[in-house]
Amino acid sequence: MTSTRSSRRALAAGTAVVIAALLSTSACGGGDDESDGGNRPAGFNAATKGVVNTSTAKGGTLKFIGSQDFDSLDPQRMYYGFAWDFSRFYTRQLITYDNKPGAKSTSLVPDLATAKAEISSDGRTYTYRLRDGITFEDGSPITAQDIKYGIERIWAQDVISGGPTYLKQILDPKGEYKGPYKDKDPKKLGLKSIETPDAKTIIFKLPKPNGDFEQILALPSSSPLKPDRDKAAKYALKPFSSGPYKFESYSPNKGAVLVRNDKWSKSSDPIRAALPDKVTVTINSNADDVDKRLIKGDYDLDINATGMTQSGRTTALKQHKANVDNGTTSFIRYAVFPEKVKPMDNVHCRKAVIYAADKKALQTARGGPLAGGDIAANMLPKSIKGADDYDPYGALQNGGAANTAKAEEELKACGKPGGFSTVISVRNNKPAEVATAEALQECLGKVGIKADVDQIDGAQSSSITGSPSVVRKKGYGIIITGWGPDFPTGQGFSQPLVDGRFIAQSGNYNNSELNDPAINKLFDDAIAETDPVKAGEIYKQINHKVSDRADYLPFVYEKTITWRSSRLTNVYTADSYNGRYDYVSLGVAK
Amino acid sequence: MTAPLHDTGAAGTAPTDVTADMPAHRIEGRSPGRIAWMRLKRDKVALAGGVVVVLLVLVAVFAPVIVSLLGHPPNEFHEDRIDPLFGTPTGKWGGMSSDFLFGVEPVNGRDVFSRVVHGARISLLVAFLAAFVAVLLGTFFGIVAGYFGGWIDSLISRTMDLLLAFPQLLFIIALISVVPNKLWGFTGSGVRMGVLVVVIGFFGWPYIGRIVRGQTFSLREREYVEAARGLGAGRTYILFRELLPNLVAPITVYTTLMIPTNILTEAALSFLGAGVKPPTPSWGQMLSKAVSTYDTDPTFMVIPGLAIFVTVLAFNLLGDGVRDALDPKANR
Repeated sequence: MTSTRSSRRALAAGTAVVIAALLSTSACGGGDDESDGGNRPAGFNAATKGVVNTSTAKGGTLKFIGSQDFDSLDPQRMYYGFAWDFSRFYTRQLITYDNKPGAKSTSLVPDLATAKAEISSDGRTYTYRLRDGITFEDGSPITAQDIKYGIERIWAQDVISGGPTYLKQILDPKGEYKGPYKDKDPKKLGLKSIETPDAKTIIFKLPKPNGDFEQILALPSSSPLKPDRDKAAKYALKPFSSGPYKFESYSPNKGAVLVRNDKWSKSSDPIRAALPDKVTVTINSNADDVDKRLIKGDYDLDINATGMTQSGRTTALKQHKANVDNGTTSFIRYAVFPEKVKPMDNVHCRKAVIYAADKKALQTARGGPLAGGDIAANMLPKSIKGADDYDPYGALQNGGAANTAKAEEELKACGKPGGFSTVISVRNNKPAEVATAEALQECLGKVGIKADVDQIDGAQSSSITGSPSVVRKKGYGIIITGWGPDFPTGQGFSQPLVDGRFIAQSGNYNNSELNDPAINKLFDDAIAETDPVKAGEIYKQINHKVSDRADYLPFVYEKTITWRSSRLTNVYTADSYNGRYDYVSLGVAK
Repeated sequence: MTAPLHDTGAAGTAPTDVTADMPAHRIEGRSPGRIAWMRLKRDKVALAGGVVVVLLVLVAVFAPVIVSLLGHPPNEFHEDRIDPLFGTPTGKWGGMSSDFLFGVEPVNGRDVFSRVVHGARISLLVAFLAAFVAVLLGTFFGIVAGYFGGWIDSLISRTMDLLLAFPQLLFIIALISVVPNKLWGFTGSGVRMGVLVVVIGFFGWPYIGRIVRGQTFSLREREYVEAARGLGAGRTYILFRELLPNLVAPITVYTTLMIPTNILTEAALSFLGAGVKPPTPSWGQMLSKAVSTYDTDPTFMVIPGLAIFVTVLAFNLLGDGVRDALDPKANR
């Protein structure tokens, strides 16, 4: 529809397109809706078990809706999981995640590169050769220099802030490079640890080996960019595409429209299906309304994929169960005990809290077995190598009921036989967390532990619970929060939480301030290990040690209820994107 | 001061009834209070409001007893009453049964009946105490401003203008977030309640203050005040012995009308998360929780909503009745 009207489209303001999408009365949308009845929904949870509606049929408009806008469209600045998933529509990396369902999605496959890296025997040099026929949206070829320049932008944290900075820490641990905007090199390619001997070869030289290096290169922060297309902070408003789609428009907090990038060729890209002719994103801050529109059929799926609202999932499960998936997200929802706050400095007091907690009640507070997740026994999600059912506190026994006798025993061992007082900190913008805080408070009260719930501003949490000194001052003995991996390995999940060298004065995620040299050493070993299976064994050891220290009370391995419209084709959930649908593979039935 | 005829001349229809009532017996002097009470008794709507108010106060005072007889402890979880898949109560009407009179709360299954009953305590306590603070401050500053006039009056009046223009709700929300967990020997909910009382009361006093000031203005030129002054009475005596007793009527009226406003303010603040701390039950908080389940469990929204509605309506009806009965505006 739109491709025949390019002149009018050029005239129309971006917002007008978005409004059209909002009202979903565009000719395009109408036509697609009429064909809706032809497809039968595939069945409850079908997309978590395999590919739903396998198809190679092209065309149509894939319509996303969501209540939360992208944190940024700039691939070097985005950190929201759904943004990473979505970024594959318009960015490419040297390597990326396989377009396979479930656990198979976490294996890495070459994307811009012809093959996975040639790794030197000392594990410190990674060499890639680039494919032929790879181009940006203006038809110019993607060169090794463009990839290097894109990666260099991560160094300019004063301008390009917000994204993951793993590559900066791995390639330049001393912080010698100042970023492309302050680069004295005329071509702005001054970073020494990446070499580009010609346009088709790129070599990474690591100061020390890192077994997850390719995992990190697969993040969108490694996307290429031509220096003359870099608009620095403004780049996020219209990224320059290297993938199968390019931006027609984007208005923050309203939405985006992507159309085919005609310079992209399928022959150069083994991963991206690129089935729809057009991809639209509509932002609607009313989450209840988002669910209503999905159920009505106005849109295909929720881009945020954080789970349907209470009312949305009730309607969906009762009336349209076959359109619902219940995937696992790799997130763990948990309570963490800061070791520096009395009396949680005593391991027995920590154990008392763990035993006193009724895991079933906490699961119900999170939303129950479907919308909340499975009761968690330890702090490693099932999708990560090294995960097992290690359960030293019997969380999975007796249907998750509290073990009051054990709790009282531990209280005595802690020297507080009658219980103690503490404060639970919880983010006020997360209703499920507030509900778990209340449930935990109720459980603890039964063994004499008097917990006061302090609701903190969720948007400020990095300077409240993320600051060890504030935590101590406020006396938070229990912090309720959640965590998901940036990339699916033990390094990506556990290291920020339990490696003592990751304790920061603000934005701290090691809330327990656990700093055990033995655990820190194990992380070094695991990271240096290039065999993922062996590394997994080490992460398993770390996880057991952390469990034994009783610093964490895991609630659930999170699951979500997500909507999958009947017209979607090639739908499957991918562990690589924390159990979201693999967006770039989706198509729509005509 | 004790002559009923003054009132009969000035006040609308009710006074004629009063005179019509008395003929057969010997003429007797009646205090204004007695007359007001007779008028109030005649006002059926106000009386109904009054009865509800008395009942509510009794419910609040005896909340623990009522709950132990008819309900469950307000903070006790009953997950067995919750459908784990949806987090909503099992059974119709939000899980209402003879065991749970008003049903159970979604997700955790707390007894809605006992939470509403205990919520009445918080609501009424905060509303009454805040009204008390406001009346105390308002009366004092109003009477001082009205009696002394001049720069004292200007100062107090401008202060009242300032407070009336102040964005009260925003201020309280900001204040609550910085109030520490322990204060004045209270912790947790106690601190929050203390802050609510002081702040709502503090921002409420100018309303009473203005009325009292205006009344004092007109009263201070009266003969009996002149007489007291002539006999050498001190300022304090005149203020609190001569003027204050004659201000009781308007103060009573505005107090009864201020209480429902305070109840609504407390509910609004609780709704916005700036009220008492959970798990202490409060109506506003229940409403705010009910928002996320409004279409799957509407009962949970209706019940605290009704509680607020009935309470505010009862106080307003009673307040209107009291005003009609005392008719302070007709007091020349």
